[in-house]
Amino acid sequence: MINIYINGQQRSILPGKTILEACKESGIHIPTFCYDERLKPEGSCRICVVELEDSHKLLPACTTEIAPEMRIATHSPLVMRMRKHLLEIMLSNHDISCLKCERAGNCLLQDYAYEYDVDIEKYRGRTRESAYLAENKFFELDQSKCISCGKCARICSQLQGNNVWAISNRGFETEVSTPFGIDMEEAGCVHCGNCVSICPVGALKPKKEHKFRAWEINEIQTTCSYCGVGCQMYLQVKDDKVVGVKPAYGKSNEGLLCVKGKFAFDFINHPQRLTTPLLRLADGELHSVSWEEALQLIADKTQEIKNTYGADAIMGLSSARVTNEENYLFMKYMRAVIGTNNLDHCARL
Amino acid sequence: MKNEQEKQKILEIIQEYNNGPSSLIQVLNMIQDEHGYLPQNVQKLVAEEMGIPFSRVYEVTSFYSRFTTEEKGECTINVCLGTACYVKGAQKNLDELKSRLGIEEGHTTEDKAFTLTSSRCIGACALAPAIVVNKEVHGMVNLEKLAHILEIYE
Amino acid sequence: MRDVKSGCTRVLVCAGTCCVSGKAFVIIENFEKELAAAGILDIKVVKTGCFGLCSEGPIVLTQPDDYFYAKVSPQDVKEIVEEHFMQGRPVQRLLYKDASNGEALSLLEADFYKKQHKVALARCGVIDPEKIDDFIEQDGFKALEKALLTMTPGQVVEEIKNSGLRGRGGAGFPSGKKWEFTKNAAGEKKYVVCNGDEGDPGAFMDESILEGDPLSVVEAMAIAGYAIGANEGYIYVRAEYPLAIHRLKIALAQAKERGFLGKNILNSGFDFELSIRYGAGAFVCGEETALISSIEGRKGTPQLRPPYPAVKGLFGCPTLINNVETYANIGKIIMMGAEWFKAMGTAGSPGTKVFALAGNVKNIGLVEVPMGITLREIVYDIGQGIPDGRSFKAAQTGGPSGGCIPIEYIDTPIDYESLGEIGSMMGSGGLIVMDDSKCMVGIAKFFMQFMVEESCGKCAPCRLGLVRIYEALARITDGNGTMEDLQELEELAEMVSSLSFCALGQSAPNPLKTTLRYFKDEYLAHINEKRCPAGECEKLLNYEITSLCIGCRKCLKACPAAAIIGKVKEQHVIDKTKCIKCGACIESCAVKAIIRA
Repeated sequence: MINIYINGQQRSILPGKTILEACKESGIHIPTFCYDERLKPEGSCRICVVELEDSHKLLPACTTEIAPEMRIATHSPLVMRMRKHLLEIMLSNHDISCLKCERAGNCLLQDYAYEYDVDIEKYRGRTRESAYLAENKFFELDQSKCISCGKCARICSQLQGNNVWAISNRGFETEVSTPFGIDMEEAGCVHCGNCVSICPVGALKPKKEHKFRAWEINEIQTTCSYCGVGCQMYLQVKDDKVVGVKPAYGKSNEGLLCVKGKFAFDFINHPQRLTTPLLRLADGELHSVSWEEALQLIADKTQEIKNTYGADAIMGLSSARVTNEENYLFMKYMRAVIGTNNLDHCARL
Repeated sequence: MKNEQEKQKILEIIQEYNNGPSSLIQVLNMIQDEHGYLPQNVQKLVAEEMGIPFSRVYEVTSFYSRFTTEEKGECTINVCLGTACYVKGAQKNLDELKSRLGIEEGHTTEDKAFTLTSSRCIGACALAPAIVVNKEVHGMVNLEKLAHILEIYE
Repeated sequence: MRDVKSGCTRVLVCAGTCCVSGKAFVIIENFEKELAAAGILDIKVVKTGCFGLCSEGPIVLTQPDDYFYAKVSPQDVKEIVEEHFMQGRPVQRLLYKDASNGEALSLLEADFYKKQHKVALARCGVIDPEKIDDFIEQDGFKALEKALLTMTPGQVVEEIKNSGLRGRGGAGFPSGKKWEFTKNAAGEKKYVVCNGDEGDPGAFMDESILEGDPLSVVEAMAIAGYAIGANEGYIYVRAEYPLAIHRLKIALAQAKERGFLGKNILNSGFDFELSIRYGAGAFVCGEETALISSIEGRKGTPQLRPPYPAVKGLFGCPTLINNVETYANIGKIIMMGAEWFKAMGTAGSPGTKVFALAGNVKNIGLVEVPMGITLREIVYDIGQGIPDGRSFKAAQTGGPSGGCIPIEYIDTPIDYESLGEIGSMMGSGGLIVMDDSKCMVGIAKFFMQFMVEESCGKCAPCRLGLVRIYEALARITDGNGTMEDLQELEELAEMVSSLSFCALGQSAPNPLKTTLRYFKDEYLAHINEKRCPAGECEKLLNYEITSLCIGCRKCLKACPAAAIIGKVKEQHVIDKTKCIKCGACIESCAVKAIIRA
């Protein structure tokens, strides 16, 4: 452990940690845009600068390792002034129509603008113009809100491995696009939406059926039901309806999801979704019945077949959409209860 | 890249200069020297042949000012905008060329006769302001001399 | 064979970029043709690198009789051969003459060369850069031999460290320390890199060295490889320097053929390979981590430091990066020793520095001077002052990262510390002189535009801040500036300097800061009086027709905005509401009746 001082308070921190990590451990919040603990540090947005009290040097907290006896000021007047001006020039190239922005209430730029009491229209000048729209079924890209943190491209190449996004051009004209603006799928996009989830502002956002504000929803953590990986996610619920999905940091997914988990939740509220067992009666029509009734029927028929033709006359086919634990139980049921090895799984294609 | 023959030529260049991903800029420079420009299908081919994501190739070509995706004109006029040339009036020459040719920097006239570019210092500061027409350097260029030079190439 | 009356045995023709643009290659060809036609076989024509005095090019020297011909054209060659070589009568009208008394001067007698001291440029303009034998004749590869055969790698590093040599690329970091760090860094594989991405617009030192003496860099890189334990090196050159690339390629091939590169160099058991990489047009690639990204085939964005390249650089291996001029000093230091080197220059900045002297100064060219020389000596003694009867206003050193030095500081010694103290920097050696017709707000705007175009876009302060600075400067030069703009400029300059990711952004506001510091009056005149004191900002100029007007109607026809009214033979008037301030009227006026103020 080494000794450092954060805002005058002595702390013991493991060597090798960055200033940002040390601050986090100590419960001090430092603003960041380009930082994400899952990605290689970039140090490009510069909002996380802190002041070294001895030299008055400003250093990015996310990429600077702590050193013994370091004296760090995280919110000194100099730091506050620099962060404020930085936010002000970022806003000068940002569409500030926050009133109707999807991300209002859930946007880092908005949060910091408030926290640092910025003069929103302090700096005037041209804004970057970009024609690229990222046309696809699942999400949209609003270039006028992009702050060029680059997290979308980095998560795509470093964690998703698809290399769809290019951070192209240079300087003020830097923009995110596919190469030559080609079709997303041609560029290798699988619409996993991880770039959408990581975007800190309103640049990348899902196409939505139901509008909602960040403060109108409850977020309920659950396990994705599409496959057996067990990705953790939050269902965003407004008025008892699922209106969105946000990845959670589960052991198996670390904040990543696939296209199904992220975008394919509309079935939940679909009017044609089956919500009770259906039984075809003598009239040839399907009728809604209770679970007790349905399960009793299944048990009776299974027993009957087993008695008449033996256990091997029965086979079980399980689904990839249930969890590993449920699949395990189903296997036990087929082998131990029914007594057959006739068992298969739909993901064995 | 308009036909099989051009494709073969480009494949040969890739073959010759490809020493792994680090030679990407070298390969692109060589192709541009030979082919004149780097359109989409050429960049895609380079990406595939070198096993580099297309997005990385595009990042490189859109980053460096020397790479162009536009076919160049028969005559390329490059105006040096280094400090020495600026101090001696290079901007006037550039403005004059823009208005005479009716194009912005980095573009080519519709009849593919002229391409207008600018660069930061070509290292001929004693000749400031200088322009390079095709590969020939013209020094101490003023509006009069510019008109004269254009006449030669028109 | 014809009788040669002159004492000339060698004709040296400068073939640097400027002289080549002045048809130096044709001059060489003509010499060869004319000499052959005249049957003269014992005069050798030598194609050399840059002599330095570029504004007098193309330059031809004769040796050993020592005549210095300036502004030679291909047509003059015949006369030189017939008159000078065959009749012993040097061609007077072409000889370089003293400005004060008109006497013909030899190269070394010229004021331009008097205060110079050549170390890095010692062989430039002396040898044929495409002939390895010329290089060897001038002690080439002796330093490599000495290092490989008589010194340990540790001794080589010690020698460089003791010499006090500092990086000539810009920041002036002690080179010996860099060598030591790289030598001591853990790693099997190490690299030596030469930074030839001379990005300063208005500087051509590295270009001239690579064109005039490429093998000195090759030799130094091999020495560096031996010292730090590297067997592979890269020379990164701007693609805008085709002649330098061409000569480097020849140099590498010849060095390899003679065994100065490759396996078991000079039977020492040391192997060293070099290859060339081209830059593709990005100023930021002069920054060492961006340069590494570029050599690795990626876009040239700077990378995090630490780890420094000496620890983890090219392909993740310890890497030594020095610039061209730094390497050009190495051979001499090894041969002559650290003490010899330290005897030149100042205590903190030993040795010499090459400058590219350009702009509004009589002698334009490449100069190498001992550190500590004053700006005045460079501008007035070597550069021979300001032409066209104008006066000195400022000198810009350090390129877009440097600053403008006003007349008050013209006696500042040129060394790393002194330049830093007055807000400028040594930079790579660009030195642009500006006369009183230059608007300093305009200069700040020019550099800012350059930086806007060259910012890599990685970090927010540089990507966005520079554009806002440029826009505020443009408002001021257009006459729309306010005092708030001035306040904004100071805030933005501070923010971009202190928050940017790399040295490019951190130093980008320097031209703005120094002009604000030394020429604030000019900013205020633009803002408060809507006046450009230098008379350069077009939108702030007013055009008036004086009583000298003869009413010839030429200006009236030339005006694209129909802003001039008047009758034949009567004084015309400019309608200021229509005038677009293009200056077409002034150019058309035969009697100089129109003034701009």
